[in-house]
Amino acid sequence: MTAAHQFLEQARKVTRDLRHRGLIQTALRKYEVKRDEKKRAFPDWESARQAAAEVKWDAINHLDTYLEDFVARLESRGTRVHWASTAAEARDAILGVVRERKAKAIIKSKAMTAEEIHLNDALEKEGYAVVESDLGEYIVQLRHEPPYHIVFPAMHLTRDEISDLFHRELGSAQTREPEELTMIARRVMRQKYITADVGITGANFAVAETGMISITENEGNARLTAALPKTMITLLGIEKVIPALEDLALFLPMLATAGAGQTLTGYNTMYSGPRQAGEADGPEEWHVVLLDNRRTELLADPEQRDALHCIRCGACLNVCPIFKNVGGHTYGTAYSGPIGSVITPHLRGLKDWKHLSGASSLCGACTEACPVKIDLHHHLLQNRRNAVVEDAPILERLAYQLFAMVVNHPTLWQFAKELGRTFQPLHRWVLRSKLDPARAWTATRDIPPMAEMSFKEWWRTRR
Amino acid sequence: MTVTLFIPCFIDALYPRVGISMVRLLEQLGHRVECPDDIACCGQPAFNSGCWPEARAVAEPVLTGLRNSEVVVVASGSCGAMLKKFYPDLFAGTDRFTEAGVLSGKVWEFSDFLVRGLGVTDVGAKFAAKVTFHDGCHGLRELGIKSSPRKLLERVQSLELIEMADNETCCGFGGTFSAKYPMISTAMGEVKCASAQATGADYIVSNDSSCLMHLQGLLTVRQQPIKTIHLAEILASR
Repeated sequence: MTAAHQFLEQARKVTRDLRHRGLIQTALRKYEVKRDEKKRAFPDWESARQAAAEVKWDAINHLDTYLEDFVARLESRGTRVHWASTAAEARDAILGVVRERKAKAIIKSKAMTAEEIHLNDALEKEGYAVVESDLGEYIVQLRHEPPYHIVFPAMHLTRDEISDLFHRELGSAQTREPEELTMIARRVMRQKYITADVGITGANFAVAETGMISITENEGNARLTAALPKTMITLLGIEKVIPALEDLALFLPMLATAGAGQTLTGYNTMYSGPRQAGEADGPEEWHVVLLDNRRTELLADPEQRDALHCIRCGACLNVCPIFKNVGGHTYGTAYSGPIGSVITPHLRGLKDWKHLSGASSLCGACTEACPVKIDLHHHLLQNRRNAVVEDAPILERLAYQLFAMVVNHPTLWQFAKELGRTFQPLHRWVLRSKLDPARAWTATRDIPPMAEMSFKEWWRTRR
Repeated sequence: MTVTLFIPCFIDALYPRVGISMVRLLEQLGHRVECPDDIACCGQPAFNSGCWPEARAVAEPVLTGLRNSEVVVVASGSCGAMLKKFYPDLFAGTDRFTEAGVLSGKVWEFSDFLVRGLGVTDVGAKFAAKVTFHDGCHGLRELGIKSSPRKLLERVQSLELIEMADNETCCGFGGTFSAKYPMISTAMGEVKCASAQATGADYIVSNDSSCLMHLQGLLTVRQQPIKTIHLAEILASR
């Protein structure tokens, strides 16, 4: 089954699920209230967006030099940097380190880039046990499913479902208390941190000026993942670079506000290297894997280059009425929602993923919400145009050519309306049946009657 | 002044009263109205489907036909956005790009033209009902129109405007999207209808008949009492 068929099938199922609809919409309504409250803490949110967009514009348009600066500074403190052009190269780099260290246990903090390259599958296939340390990620890992949302991986689950899951998988007692559920996971997790030989993290920002990575989180799990195992591996996309340390003063509160309706996330940590001589703690070695995976192809597209500004806050998912109704898993991609629909065709091929750009009412709520001002919904339009150029839908184009001919000739247009009026009464014989040519519309919606006298006919009577 | 009224294809064929109300209102305000007979559609369906050459085939006569207009008032926020916002994109790199830019500068959505173009908010309308206003996304986000229709409604006698929750959320119409992804479009419409109904209003009012076609379609099938009506029809009520 193609990705497009899978999307349609899943969308059909989820959009009918009223329980799912209620759950997601209630959760995201609460997020919106919090987000708006935190936005007001900015002297001017719109100026902050503009500033952030300009910083990212600078970073992305000078990616070559900023990346070199970033890497040179990382290496100067003993960090080993791996450049990965493809997902396979990134997996190989990580597997190489894991093999070399003869790792028995791996602990991992949240990283969407790892989802993008299917890292856990690759590690498990080689016999390595990986445990997700972010609570939401841990929950979906126990369920053997991908994260539902970039920022809230388990938002589709109720506390009862989580309690059932823990009871089944970990043998814990049933509880409805979020604190108790967290403690159950924490007890498991603490042991994993201590026994893990390798910790794998993602990164939120890479600071070129200082050669640091910045990780934001709410649970402290990324800190432990980075601090306790002897070997630390960080995987990040090359677009994560920002020019200067002071840029974090804007981006950290912005990411927290747009992403989760927080002033700042609970923990914000910067890493600049492995344990240095004379230091008492920290990993003995640090590997940073920089992933391209077709990002440079997106960089070469001047129209949509700004999609690389994305800071993966998830704000566009949170306001997207499509996301709210089809849910995160329907997309079948690591990055769901509007940003996923924009970039997946670039990362994985337009031919197989153009349907995501079609599955949008182009309402523009995403563009309005994006803290770094990515022109998201217009990029969906451009993807649609590019898809037609790449692989022309012959019948659809023919239909539009015919339509153009009709509307461009007043007599033909008049004739078409009369034809519609004449035949519309017959429509009710096939209405909502398999023979109904308008079934896609009429299955759930009434069709308006053609007017007895069209506007243009009325206008002619006045002259 | 002479106002060129652009009547989109679906308003012409399905909702002529919307266009007729606009003509009457503009004439009542002392303006001369013209409606070019040889323009019927803005080309948005093809444009949104990615078929840009086919969209240009429809849009070129529009550029030509509106070349000499003083102002162009479009009877739909969505088609207005097509002319004002998207024609420059559609004709970028062609020899008609400049013309598209000139047209863009003359284009207004109807309610915004009344309020910001003409400075009129009270058109002497009377409509005894409770209504809630639905913002079409193209009018709201592409054209930035939020207050104009509300200012007009506030001045309608006997009318009570009640805002619905999440009033900036899309109704799910989205043009060809509604037929290509009907299950998503329907779910979005159901959410919107529920928000509108929770206000206890008699009518959902909008400055976009396309959204209303979708919402009324859902409401009729579900036999729900709330009705839909275009803003211009309310403004023309006495």
